[in-house]
Amino acid sequence: MERALKDKKAICFFVLPALIWFCLIALLPVFQSAGYSLLDWDGIGDAKLIGVSNYVKMFGDPLFFKAVWNSILLAAASVFIQLPISMVLALVLAGGVRGENFYRNAFFVPVIISGTIIAHLWMKIYHPSYGLLNIGLEALGLASLKREWLGSEGTALVACFVPMVWQYIGYHMLLFYSAAKSISPEIIEAAQVDGATRFQTAWRVIIPMIVPMIKACVIFAIIGSLKSFDLIYILTNGGPVHASEVPSLLMYKKIFISNEYGYASAIAIFIILECLLFTFIVQKIFNHIQKD
Amino acid sequence: MKREKTKLKKTGLITTVLLLIVTAIQLFPLYWMFTFSLKSNKEIFGGNIIGLPENWEWDNYVKIFDKAHLGRYLFNSVVVTGFTIVFTLILSAMATYAIVRLKWKLSNAVYFIFLTGMMLSIHAVLLPLFVNMKPLLDTYWALIIPYVAFAMPTAILLMVGSLEALPKELEEAAFIDGANIYRVFWQIIMPLMKPILSTVAILTFLSSWNEMMLAIAFVSGEKYKTITVGVNDMVGKYSTKWGLIGAGLTIATIPTLVLYVFLSKNIQKSLAMGAVKG
Repeated sequence: MERALKDKKAICFFVLPALIWFCLIALLPVFQSAGYSLLDWDGIGDAKLIGVSNYVKMFGDPLFFKAVWNSILLAAASVFIQLPISMVLALVLAGGVRGENFYRNAFFVPVIISGTIIAHLWMKIYHPSYGLLNIGLEALGLASLKREWLGSEGTALVACFVPMVWQYIGYHMLLFYSAAKSISPEIIEAAQVDGATRFQTAWRVIIPMIVPMIKACVIFAIIGSLKSFDLIYILTNGGPVHASEVPSLLMYKKIFISNEYGYASAIAIFIILECLLFTFIVQKIFNHIQKD
Repeated sequence: MKREKTKLKKTGLITTVLLLIVTAIQLFPLYWMFTFSLKSNKEIFGGNIIGLPENWEWDNYVKIFDKAHLGRYLFNSVVVTGFTIVFTLILSAMATYAIVRLKWKLSNAVYFIFLTGMMLSIHAVLLPLFVNMKPLLDTYWALIIPYVAFAMPTAILLMVGSLEALPKELEEAAFIDGANIYRVFWQIIMPLMKPILSTVAILTFLSSWNEMMLAIAFVSGEKYKTITVGVNDMVGKYSTKWGLIGAGLTIATIPTLVLYVFLSKNIQKSLAMGAVKG
């Protein structure tokens, strides 16, 4: 058996298909992107090596900054609005309520539906004349608040955030919930015997014990926001007048509309590095919290 | 003690109301989509926007299914997702077996290479893949190949964790009985890993069935479009026909919803697991 497990042919047979597939399709292209980002290339003509000019151009481009800023706002909305809502729901459900499973299943439904469908559905919700939102406002006597949510520069970005936050509340709720459920019941009972209210138990006992999961969720929420594409692509395509532009969408347009392959690759590299940087920062912050 | 009880009941009522409101917020848009899928434009523009349909226009479903080739798109999605899942499961399980059980020097290094994939995203390689896969664009492979590559890191991470926890006795006994390594893998390891394989299958299903960026960029011909892109086109074509769009969106949602009804527990467990390990 020892010999069988050291058989070189068998090792190659088992590991090479996956390894080659992964390296060629996922890993190598990252280096290619880095290479492209140094080129002036439209995909058809000759490519010209221009060094870091694309990066210089990128950091001087107000549109790029706007896109990055929008994605950071989205990340902030996810962390400071979506996650707290998810946390409250998770703690309430994990604390035991009648119909716990029903609620959990219901909250989770939007998570599994494709972003395309969610986006088209919300387009109808935002429809200026027949959309749920404007009709609802009118019914509540708030007709003065009616507007073209996706078509006005002032509201387009927020209108894109709402469905994104809405869709993934259930996802983070589930993660917090399963973390809270894995705490041994004795610990929670002990707290309650000591006279802690439900709120105190949640705040002083449960939340500190699920910090690792909170860290994971913060990282998911931030990275998901920095890479967001589907919903905005359909809802506004970055408009009006780039009011809801985000980096992935900008990159996509640079590739398929204006054929600026070099510049698009510089944006791609920026997105990767930005995600790594934010992951690193969140790790550091949480290490600090966990030490205290 | 008595006071304690009444207090619990009170929070119970407020909590219930709160939970019901959240349930409504999470589900109402979907319910609304279903109701307007059964209405005619006349009814919607005539003022019945929120209520139940007066005439249930099931015809909307028949019409849009035919007109927008939704059957074709659903079939394509099944093909792409199906192949993606099969390749992901087999290749990842094989690599996992080599990493966990076989004895070679570079196994940790190879495992580490796969793990770096956790930090990559499809966005970052959109353009290079578009260039590299030119001959494959507008085929099923244009989507299957990258979906598998990006599903493997999570798959391998989850599978390694699970295989490490499995006892070796069965394999050892099989070797003693004279089975070769390929049979041990196929007849002993694969069945033992069934639970984690189903978790990976669910995660892979959701990510490839719902993926949009590559699906739009790499497949433009009618013949190989997946349902996400098909729905997108449909909305563009019938933008003013609410009933038809609603019906199309509902049809596109049904496969995932049916799956969810039967597997909600497994789906939630899989997503939670994928997150914990990631």
